Amino acid sequence: MNLTRYQRPDLGWAGFGRPSSLRDELDRLFEPPWADLARTSQLLSGWIPALDVHEDKDNFVVQAELPGMKREEIDVTLHDGVLSISGERKAEKKYEEAEVCRTERFFGKFQRTVTLSAPVAADKVKAQYKDGVLIITLPNTEAAKPKQIDENVN
Amino acid sequence: MKAIVQAEPKAAAERTEHQEFVVPVVNIFETGDGYALEAEMPGVNKDGLEITLEGNEITVLGRRAAEPVNGGLLLRERSGADYLRVFELDPAIDTSKISAKMEQGMLTLILPKSERVKPRKIIVSN
Repeated sequence: MNLTRYQRPDLGWAGFGRPSSLRDELDRLFEPPWADLARTSQLLSGWIPALDVHEDKDNFVVQAELPGMKREEIDVTLHDGVLSISGERKAEKKYEEAEVCRTERFFGKFQRTVTLSAPVAADKVKAQYKDGVLIITLPNTEAAKPKQIDENVN
Repeated sequence: MKAIVQAEPKAAAERTEHQEFVVPVVNIFETGDGYALEAEMPGVNKDGLEITLEGNEITVLGRRAAEPVNGGLLLRERSGADYLRVFELDPAIDTSKISAKMEQGMLTLILPKSERVKPRKIIVSN
C-alpha cells in the first residue's frame, strides 16, 4: 500500500507563493512537525496526486486529483485487490520556447496504489474523469452478487 | 520589466473573512505576445470559476462542484476548500483582451500584451 503522502495539498511548498500573514505563521506553529516534510517531499519524489478513498456498503470510491490531463494519459489497473492509478503528464510543447516566470506544477510520471480491504467485482469497476478528478467506483463482491430472494414461506 | 506577480487577496479576503482557500499551483510563461497562466483547480468546472479584474489585479476564484460521496472515509488527502489566488499584472497587458479556458480542472489564462509594447520589426526605408 503506497500511502506515504499525507500532506495538506492546500499548503503547497513553503516557497510557493502562499501569501504569508501572521495567521499563516501562527498556523505553522501549531501544525504537526511532519507537515513541513510532507510539503517538500514531492520535490524529491516527483508528483504524488492527492487521493481520497471512501467506502460505503456497496462500493469503494477512489478520487484522485489529476488536473489538466488527457483521458488516454491515465492508466487504471486492478490486480489482486490492488488498485493502481498511474500515468504521465507531459509539459506543453508550445511553451518550450517561452520564458518561464513561475513553475509550480509537476510533470512526469506518477503512480498511486491502493490495497482494497475487501474483494471487489473487477468487471463492474467504473472510472470517470471529470473536472480534473478521476473517480473510480469499485463495487464490492457482496453488492455485485444478485440478491437471493427466499420464496419459501411456510 | 514587470511580470505577473502574486498579490494579496485584499478585496476577496474582506468578502469571505472566515473562509479557507486553497492556493492553486500555477505555471506562468511569457511569450513574445504576452503571458500564459496555467492554474490547477481540480474539481472546479467552468461554472464554478469567477475571474475578476480590478485595476491591474486579477483574482481567480474557483468553487468546487459538489461531489456526492457517501460512506466512511478511509483516506483523505484532498481539500474540500475553494481555490483563490490574486495576481498583479504587468501593465503591458491589454486587460480587455484576456481570455480564459477551463479544461479538466486546469484554467489557462491568455494575457496578451497591448499592441504598442509588442516587439515589432521596423522596416528600414531607403
